[in-house]
Amino acid sequence: MERIPILRMGRLLLVTIQVDMHDRLAMTLQDDLTERIVRDRARGVLIDISALDMVDSFIGRMISNTASMARVLDARTVVVGMQPAVAITLVELGLTLDGVRTALNVERGVKLLESEIEG
Amino acid sequence: MDEQQLLSQSLQTDEDVVRLRKAVRDHLVRLGFSLVEQTKMVTAASELARNTLRYGGGGEALIEELNNGSKRGLRLVFADQGPGIADLTLALTDGYTTGGGLGLGLSGAKRLADEFDIDTVPGAGTKVSIIKWKPF
Repeated sequence: MERIPILRMGRLLLVTIQVDMHDRLAMTLQDDLTERIVRDRARGVLIDISALDMVDSFIGRMISNTASMARVLDARTVVVGMQPAVAITLVELGLTLDGVRTALNVERGVKLLESEIEG
Repeated sequence: MDEQQLLSQSLQTDEDVVRLRKAVRDHLVRLGFSLVEQTKMVTAASELARNTLRYGGGGEALIEELNNGSKRGLRLVFADQGPGIADLTLALTDGYTTGGGLGLGLSGAKRLADEFDIDTVPGAGTKVSIIKWKPF
């Protein structure tokens, strides 16, 4: 089964989405991330969407759900690299991605997460 | 109005939705749409394609390049032989969903496109059509 790779970087999990995901793949990613947070005792999740030229309501919901589940498991989520056209479209679509913080790039996202995971 | 190039794409699997996104993007790029306009239309297409798959029991998408003399455009039609939509007003309300989704697909696609049309009969299928225009 195809999967999107999840990398571990200390207490963080890092995932870079570089393919145009079909719905099943997005659901698999959501499940994999949740499982890895528990297994690796991760405190932060960074989702890099800089390669995505489209985020629709299903993918948006996958991201929101992942952030919610991470929160329940005491981990924070940051989404990085959202393309401007994607941001504009999400607003028009009415998708607010509540509870999901964003950062400009991976470096800033990692800094944001690290500053929040104290102790 | 001249209608050129009517292409049909099957929508039966998740992968078909991905294929459709790419096809729509390619047409929009070729027609010279801006990146933002492309993204809006591809996103609308993805929402409607998913609806066809999830609620319509599968169907097809028709892609037509339009040219009415003063502007070019792309029309997408999503057709299925599914159960149809019983309450259209409700279905077009943000947040309303019968499938556990966000309920933004139909209403969102309407906002993202320039023209939106829906033809549905309970028990006899649904046809949703969206158009994006680009002035010359």
